[in-house]
Amino acid sequence: MREIEYRDALNEAFDEELARDENVVLMGEEVAQYNGAYKVTKGLWDKWGDKRVVDTPISEAGFIGMGIGASMLGVRPVMELMFWSFHSVAFDQLVNNAACCRYMSGGLINVPIVIRGPANGGTNVGATHSHTPEGLFAAFPGLKVCSPATPADAKGLMKTAIRDNDPVYVMENTTLYGIKGDVPDPADGDFTIPLGKADIKREGTDISLITHGASVLRCLEAAEILQNEHGISAEVVDLRSIRPLDQDAIIESVKKTNKACLVDESKPFCGVSAQITTLIQEYAFDYLDAPIKRVCTIDAPAIYSPHVEAEQLPNAGRIVKQVLTIA
Amino acid sequence: MEVRVLSPFGEVEPNCISLAAFHRGRYVASRNTFAMETASSPNISPLDFASSPINKALSSEQKLGYYRQMVRIRRFETAAAKNYSQGNIGGFLHLYIGQESLAVGAASLMGDHDHMITAYRCHAHALAVGMGMDECMAELYGKATGCSKGKGGSMHFFAPDKNFWGGHGIVAGQTPLGLGLGYGLKYQGLAGSALCFLGDGAINQGAFHESLNIAALFGIPVVYVIENNGYSMGTSQKRSSAYKDCLAQRADSYDMDWDIVNGEDFYEVRAKTHIAMERARKESKPTVLEINTYRYYGHSVADANHKKYRSPEEIEKYKKNHDPINLWKQLLLDEGILTEESAKAIDTEAKQEAASATKFAEDSPAPTIESITEDVYWETDNNTEASKIGRHFFND
Repeated sequence: MREIEYRDALNEAFDEELARDENVVLMGEEVAQYNGAYKVTKGLWDKWGDKRVVDTPISEAGFIGMGIGASMLGVRPVMELMFWSFHSVAFDQLVNNAACCRYMSGGLINVPIVIRGPANGGTNVGATHSHTPEGLFAAFPGLKVCSPATPADAKGLMKTAIRDNDPVYVMENTTLYGIKGDVPDPADGDFTIPLGKADIKREGTDISLITHGASVLRCLEAAEILQNEHGISAEVVDLRSIRPLDQDAIIESVKKTNKACLVDESKPFCGVSAQITTLIQEYAFDYLDAPIKRVCTIDAPAIYSPHVEAEQLPNAGRIVKQVLTIA
Repeated sequence: MEVRVLSPFGEVEPNCISLAAFHRGRYVASRNTFAMETASSPNISPLDFASSPINKALSSEQKLGYYRQMVRIRRFETAAAKNYSQGNIGGFLHLYIGQESLAVGAASLMGDHDHMITAYRCHAHALAVGMGMDECMAELYGKATGCSKGKGGSMHFFAPDKNFWGGHGIVAGQTPLGLGLGYGLKYQGLAGSALCFLGDGAINQGAFHESLNIAALFGIPVVYVIENNGYSMGTSQKRSSAYKDCLAQRADSYDMDWDIVNGEDFYEVRAKTHIAMERARKESKPTVLEINTYRYYGHSVADANHKKYRSPEEIEKYKKNHDPINLWKQLLLDEGILTEESAKAIDTEAKQEAASATKFAEDSPAPTIESITEDVYWETDNNTEASKIGRHFFND
């Protein structure tokens, strides 16, 4: 298996899908000639040209709405939000037009779009650029949301998202773009990962750490510490996809470990972890040996200060501390 | 005086005084021609748009057909208003009555690759593109036989098979979608146009300006049609929009062609909309049209104040002197195509059709509780392999 960066895995996904389907078009601010703000689309404009890789003005409501409209005629736009934080200026398009047109037309229309970009804190860019809206968008029926943590997942989920016939919002992560991981060689065949399928990133027996996105890596660090320093065997369940959600994987893990700590970079109030909590109490109540615990981003807008931002986010230290209250 | 501009496809189309002149006392000719003051100028004489090639080519049958369509729309909405007042229709009901020439005129120009999208005042567009009264009335009634299975309601009619893409409830929210329809046409190499309707109240939304910029920048074959009925809900144009001469003029800022149209003249609506559509089809360039018109009812039927922010005399004046259906009727009478008797027959037929649609809606079943979670995801509706992985709905 070869190792490539998360950004290159995404790039490979786009390249393969551009080749597979002539209706796929990449759009966004500086995705073409500039090669992407984070170089995720590097080289694709050179290879595929103006028609397939399109620079848009800084005009999120305009170009995302345009992509939605074009998708109704069979175009399959893959649209980059330079930061998912910029969703707020396109919110009507994202939650009314993308999510509801199918429903309001009684199923006559579908909106096969992908909207993608980084959604994370941890880079000292302040509150406006650090939103993690996966729970927010997963709360809208009609939308699908996934949040890959590894290069392989990023590639496999992106390819699936592009082929899906519903709107899929892919939440990437600027802190992961440069991280390398094993990704199957394209020569070995078409590599996809289904939406709605969690992945056990580390097996364990004493507690389930249920997580997604960059927090998966924090959980793996915490699991190592818990094992080495406290003799606690933590299982790391990477949801990968928020909606559809692999409820079975969550419940099975909790039934095995009897304890759950949910680790979620979104905010605690009505976040992804709040939804998982209610599912666990509904489907695994009798298996729980302790209250469900959560480690989320501390409930305030994202702080800028490089001195403390890492502490606002879920990190290994906070996870270990929380786990030790029940394990 | 007469102004003539060369249309992009070589036809000479007349440009003349519009309804704007009547009710605003000023007139600006289209871009690159000239701007001048006032309707009262003795030099301006209304031109006969019947002489436009696109109108000259019309058969008597077609002209009668447009009359029938406008009458059908009015009768449908009149019946809908009655049904609404009787408590048979939920939510809002935004009536188009008084504006019929716009939707019918534009729809009459649509070919295979021309698409239409509009805002929440969408019944006329739906009927104009060929949707049936039954499915539309049933939708208002929230019945399973409605065009959206009772899931959309008055503001959300769709018929993709007729190139009609809604029916959108958020003011100007459809303007980027219209842009996208044009983008789709261009992407697929089809010579068509996207007609995107919006109200005069929508022109102050950011999404509209973003759309205009991209439309001009990318050369998108979209025609934005501002249906200017003078009121942004209950606020007059002068109290809601900053403008110099007219609203469409804003297109100048985006280096885009624009024109203003007298909506009471069916021939003018067709002639000028045709120019814009040809510009889209042949040059892949956008246009903003401002069609002046008037709605007799309030913003919605629930708008109890609609006689307070404007005078009853004003409403009467439009009904009496500027009604697009009456004017078209008179024209057809003058042309000898229509008689009072045949007009009466068309009206009676339309009333009967609306009554029958009401009966259809009343007799139709409501959607089932189970249907609430259908039509959310294409993949689950089609029971695909992908839809079987993971949980899509969360009802506990």
